[in-house]
Amino acid sequence: MGDVAFHTATTVDEALELLGDGSDARVVAGGSDLIVQARHGKSLPGTVIAIHRIDALRSLTAGDDLVVGALTSHATLCADPAVRSTWTAIADASALVGSHATRNVGTLGGNVMNASPAMETGGPLIVLGASVTLRSAAGDREVAIEELWTGPGKTSAKPGEICVAITVPAQPAHTGSAYVRLEYRRAMEIAIVGASACVTLDDDGNVTAAKVALTALAPTIIRSAAAEAAIIGTDGHDDALDAVAAGASADAKPISDLRANEDYRRAMAGVIAKRAVAVAAQRARGEEFPIPATPVFMKGSGR
Amino acid sequence: MKHAATLTVNGMAYPVELDGDTTLVRAIRDDIGLTGTKEGCDDCECGACMVMIDGRPVNSCTYLALQAVGSEVTTVEGLADGETLSSLQSAFLDQGGVQCGFCTPGMLVSAHALLRENADPTDEEVRLALGGNLCRCTGYAKIASAVMQAAKASV
Repeated sequence: MGDVAFHTATTVDEALELLGDGSDARVVAGGSDLIVQARHGKSLPGTVIAIHRIDALRSLTAGDDLVVGALTSHATLCADPAVRSTWTAIADASALVGSHATRNVGTLGGNVMNASPAMETGGPLIVLGASVTLRSAAGDREVAIEELWTGPGKTSAKPGEICVAITVPAQPAHTGSAYVRLEYRRAMEIAIVGASACVTLDDDGNVTAAKVALTALAPTIIRSAAAEAAIIGTDGHDDALDAVAAGASADAKPISDLRANEDYRRAMAGVIAKRAVAVAAQRARGEEFPIPATPVFMKGSGR
Repeated sequence: MKHAATLTVNGMAYPVELDGDTTLVRAIRDDIGLTGTKEGCDDCECGACMVMIDGRPVNSCTYLALQAVGSEVTTVEGLADGETLSSLQSAFLDQGGVQCGFCTPGMLVSAHALLRENADPTDEEVRLALGGNLCRCTGYAKIASAVMQAAKASV
């Protein structure tokens, strides 16, 4: 630690100018990823540009689409009525991030650009069809969220680009979504495995469209084509859910680490994906399900 | 590289000279000299370093000090009114919610922030709000009782 230059930018243009070609500078929003990484050997760049005072990036606009300014905190996301009712999987995920302190400083833009395959909000953004807006001196470009992540901690963003917004499209009628995480504890936890689902029903309650994404089960968050195929065209009940579980386990590419071994992760991929699809289908039918969809187990807990 | 700046902590303005990578907990303890805030894991896990920035709890070990310029920082020292303890602090003493004491400043800050937002929490809400604070003495039951006592006293 020591020789680091620090600037606070109050506009995106100012931040882009300070960032230059991005070769020896990085932006910091809440700091909860950057500083922890710096302590674990990934040293800070020569210049740190704080972007947390750029108020223009803190807007959260729910029109037809949901446009989330990159600096929107998890605390704001999981409390927002529109996010909770229409883009519910994002609220499920944001509500699980770290602790209240993490949710106050942690931003959706930071989460997305940190590109952890275990990040909570990534799966929900995939199943809801989100894209990110990256800004550089050359202008804005839009990148589908599935094309942003290229590996653990790696994105297709160029060094001189800043994520300014995440856009989540409007969802069809009778659509529900959910994110479910396997966890050993609630606070300051990293997903052992996670699953996200978005399910659309027709007027008869049959599944017409579905997306399923798996978290902490591959080098990036991935879609499970087998789980999706297993639920589309069904009424979303028991046999189909068992096939979802089998599909998710088959598509998972887990590793063994200190939190769980490969076999356990693969088995749990199915269990958690099945729960996520079941909750998404319930919500698509208009039934209430608590947020976050992952229950908390503690003394006196009713769930 | 030193940067001259002013940090506002517990309503007092402190002129400081900080490196770009100095964390807020180090600035509060080393440069300002308020040692109530503890550095525990120094890795955003334990919550001993919890302070409030503009009224919201934040882990100060994982927040750059210079990012707090322009904000109001509140540490555990800012919870009492001079020598008079807050009702929350008194409740920790009444209930035996302090054992070794290392986690206590962070617990108090998290609980203080909870009670400002939710004056009448359930036991589950208290436990969830303290989820980012670890107690190595595992004195959680009495800590939760203390927060409930303070809440009942204020309702």
